[in-house]
Amino acid sequence: MGATGLLSGTRYVLARDLTLAGRRVTDVLTTLFFFVIVVSLFPLGVGPEAGTLRAIAPGILWVAALLATMLSLGRLFTADHLDGTLEQMLLSPQPLSLIVLGKVAAHWLVTGAPLVLMSPLLGLQFGLSGAPLGVLMLTLLLGTPVLSLIGAMGAALTLGLRGGGALISLLVLPLYVPVLIFGAGAVEAVASGLEADAHLSLLGALLVLALCFGPWVTAAALRISLE
Amino acid sequence: MLRGHALAAVRGDRRLFAGLEFALDAGELLYVNGPNGSGKTTLLRMICGLVAPAEGAILWHGEDIRAVGDAYRADMAYLGHLPGVKDELSGLENLRINCRLAGRDPSGAELARALGEMGLDGLEDLPAKVLSQGQRRRVGLARLRLSRARLWVLDEPYVALDRAAVELLQAQIRGHLARGGLAVLTTHQQVEMDAGTTRELRLGI
Repeated sequence: MGATGLLSGTRYVLARDLTLAGRRVTDVLTTLFFFVIVVSLFPLGVGPEAGTLRAIAPGILWVAALLATMLSLGRLFTADHLDGTLEQMLLSPQPLSLIVLGKVAAHWLVTGAPLVLMSPLLGLQFGLSGAPLGVLMLTLLLGTPVLSLIGAMGAALTLGLRGGGALISLLVLPLYVPVLIFGAGAVEAVASGLEADAHLSLLGALLVLALCFGPWVTAAALRISLE
Repeated sequence: MLRGHALAAVRGDRRLFAGLEFALDAGELLYVNGPNGSGKTTLLRMICGLVAPAEGAILWHGEDIRAVGDAYRADMAYLGHLPGVKDELSGLENLRINCRLAGRDPSGAELARALGEMGLDGLEDLPAKVLSQGQRRRVGLARLRLSRARLWVLDEPYVALDRAAVELLQAQIRGHLARGGLAVLTTHQQVEMDAGTTRELRLGI
């Protein structure tokens, strides 16, 4: 089996999930609007002082991205679990971790990527400009896939549990802390005239780590959850 | 070919069965039978590898299915209580992704023919959410027509099907057995199965 053969499970599931997302556009927009609204609430609460807003912008955008991703995790496996398609994925001769990778990639394209694209606009609202704005986008580009990959593990572990929604936050949010620290840290560093290379390298390392182990752990968790 | 050895299942604190033995060869049908809650579905999920047996093992060609893994899953088709059909996708799209997950990639014409044979002519492009319960099950069953799996594991396949569809499915199972396939089946409906050798396994007594 060549590389394309091995990844065919990933490709098929990715294509299927994108088609599904295209037919349920409201689900996609909910996450994006949630992100925009949460971020926009802060200037109203904190007041219009430009310096304060600029200082808190990276943190707020990052926390809002975490919460928006959290909000969408429930959908990741639940629908497939309820209609029996998840069972068929588990029984597929294709490696389950690669099928999971396809699902996570679709999840990121549908929830993470729009946040990345929207972030510069929201950054402007907080008075960020130039280099910090670019770095903000870059950190979200590196960081949001990690959020999807880690979130998938939590979603798989809490699949089919009562009150899974609350449980998943308790499980996943602590694991999001490093991403938050390095993501927001990079933007703050650039805003105060320092280099962000170290932060970005660490974010990249987190992404590689999550890509290697996340789908595999998620696959194992799914097998346990469906037993 | 398929053998269950000293199987035991536990659900919660309850022991559903223990010391269960069965063997099934090419062209044979295993009819699993028993009252509600006797562990039929659990046994079938065990045979698929979705549930690990509390004791014992299931052997395919003499090897534990949990060790064989993906190669065993390529040889097996499972149809559970849930049809495995997505509401937003059309019958054709559903069948295509189900076949692809099972390791096959049939052409559009093959998919359409399989749906046509299941009596879904003209409905293949409708989203599954507008189909009736029975029609959705037919979409799920169409997968068996395109399957190359040796072993079919069917959990209550006749539920929600009308008489015509039941006959279609029976003919399909008969054909599968005649080609040397194996099938494991549970049902509460009185269905005559006159194909090949039928073994019966009674649970819960």
